[in-house]
Amino acid sequence: MIAAHLPAIQIVAPLLAAALCVLVPWKRVSWGIAMAGAVTAFAAAVGLLSRVLGGEDIRYALGGWAAPWGIEYRVDAVNGLVLLIVAGIGVVVTLFALTSVEREVDERRIPLFYGAWMLCLCGLLGIAITGDAFNIFVFLEISSLGTYALIAMGSDRRALVSAFRYLIMGSIGASFIVIGIGLLYVETGTLNLADLAERLPALYGERTVLVAFAFLTVGTSLKLALFPLHVWLPDAYAFAPSAVTGLIAATSTKVAVYVLLRFFFTVFGVTYSFDELSLGMWLLPLALVAIFTMSLVAIFQRNIKRMLAYSSVAQIGYIILGISFASVTGLTAATLHLFNHALMKGALFLALGCVMYRVGSVHIDALRGLGRRMPWTMAAFTAGGLSLIGVPLTVGFVSKWYLVLGALEQGMWPVAALVLVTSTLAVVYIWRVVEAVYFGEPSARADSVSEAPLRLLVPTWALIVANLYFGIDASLTTNVAGQAARALLGGAP
Amino acid sequence: MEFPGLFNYWVVIFLMMVGFYALISRGNLVKKVVGLNLFQTSVIIFYVSTGKIVGGTAPILIEDDHGVAGGAAEVLYSNPLPHVLMLTAIVVGVATMAMALALVVRIKETYGTIEDDEIQEQVLADELQEGARP
Repeated sequence: MIAAHLPAIQIVAPLLAAALCVLVPWKRVSWGIAMAGAVTAFAAAVGLLSRVLGGEDIRYALGGWAAPWGIEYRVDAVNGLVLLIVAGIGVVVTLFALTSVEREVDERRIPLFYGAWMLCLCGLLGIAITGDAFNIFVFLEISSLGTYALIAMGSDRRALVSAFRYLIMGSIGASFIVIGIGLLYVETGTLNLADLAERLPALYGERTVLVAFAFLTVGTSLKLALFPLHVWLPDAYAFAPSAVTGLIAATSTKVAVYVLLRFFFTVFGVTYSFDELSLGMWLLPLALVAIFTMSLVAIFQRNIKRMLAYSSVAQIGYIILGISFASVTGLTAATLHLFNHALMKGALFLALGCVMYRVGSVHIDALRGLGRRMPWTMAAFTAGGLSLIGVPLTVGFVSKWYLVLGALEQGMWPVAALVLVTSTLAVVYIWRVVEAVYFGEPSARADSVSEAPLRLLVPTWALIVANLYFGIDASLTTNVAGQAARALLGGAP
Repeated sequence: MEFPGLFNYWVVIFLMMVGFYALISRGNLVKKVVGLNLFQTSVIIFYVSTGKIVGGTAPILIEDDHGVAGGAAEVLYSNPLPHVLMLTAIVVGVATMAMALALVVRIKETYGTIEDDEIQEQVLADELQEGARP
């Protein structure tokens, strides 16, 4: 009985939690409600993914209104995986938020904070699960509005400016997406993604479809921070409260990538996107430039949160690179990296959250000599950094491996070589931090700090352990990613 | 191509570009927000225009002579779906606008100005102080 309604519970649980969080005046209670919502959503995501892996594509007519008139939720391997990432990270980061947020956010605003937090989570899950094009826009705006509010709650005053800038750019991106969806509706008369996929092949030559494709591509690229549309991202990540950075860095760009995958492969179809418009030719150079320049820029950042934010843009480049191959291996690599990057960046930002809790700064000078004072936090950061570089036995290695395989399969050995070369750039920027942390002389402030409390370390290490676990035994993730890639290339969702 | 046929769409493009221009060129944050709102409004007009059919009536089923709802043949209805979608988009637009203005208020409280370049100066000063850009 309950199992049949899992897709609805997935969305309703965090949505209800959001409303309840705002109503209660006690910060611990509102956290408890948020946690309950996140755990329920995670349980639903696990249930959905296990059913999908059993070979069943789930279709759920919301409110009993059959598609294409009603809104339909559809789950296959692709969004099953995305749901699992978002809900899983949601639980871990909510656990982390309890202690971290009390330090960084104004006491009176904490219930409101959790309200926005759950809205953000609800929106992200909604984008992933829905099978209706306009519904994607609605959930996108729900999650974005939540994110703007969350970023603005950062303790640095620059958080306000970066939230405003993100709001402007995010809204333009969302408007582009609505225009694209509108043009598709005009041309086909349906908003259901599966119906769109069926009706579009007959209309491939139409100018309207081409324009819709362009608007959707640019709008989504803005949301996922594809170079050169990434300018909102570094400051937004750098000045948001630590827990918020952990949440949005690990989930929101990933969900935007999912939207891109859905439109490119399921709705428009690989023959239109990649054969007719040769999209790969456009995405490939953008991805390479993103990887190369953003890794370089990251090397020169002295605010470590901002450094990791630039590195995020570079990592998005790797995902887009995998997509640009439009092959099973390439898409497997992209989907894997979607999952793996969420794990590594989540872990890294949470480790920085621990530093922020104790030291009150994530500037590189503030981190000097912390290796002896906060050994567990810094071990977590180092492990996460190794994963980011792509050292064997970590998840980073698995996704780089598939990416290189994908490049070689296309006969693009220079691209494969570049992937390896740019990994050394990651070595440089991670090493800078590791050097300062373990070999630097501690500043007066750093000398007096102690290890972060267990309530922060446990979620951080949970993600690190996931990094190592899925790096050593990648069978589950590669299976799902492979199934997802084949589902995307197979056409129908 | 008869002139009034595409008139709505020209208005849409005009409004969109006006909004976009204001968004980019104005340094005043409130003017930026107004530009953004114009931009979003143009999308609303676009959707509503697509639902209109010349000679179409409101989509309420019209009874035929025997009183059967929807029985009347050859009645042209306008498409209600884009209008309904835009109700949602209007709500989203209002929420975005409220959020943006709330941020502007907070920025004014913290920085004492809502001019982009003056805020940038202070942000730069913050960064120098922090040593972010040595």
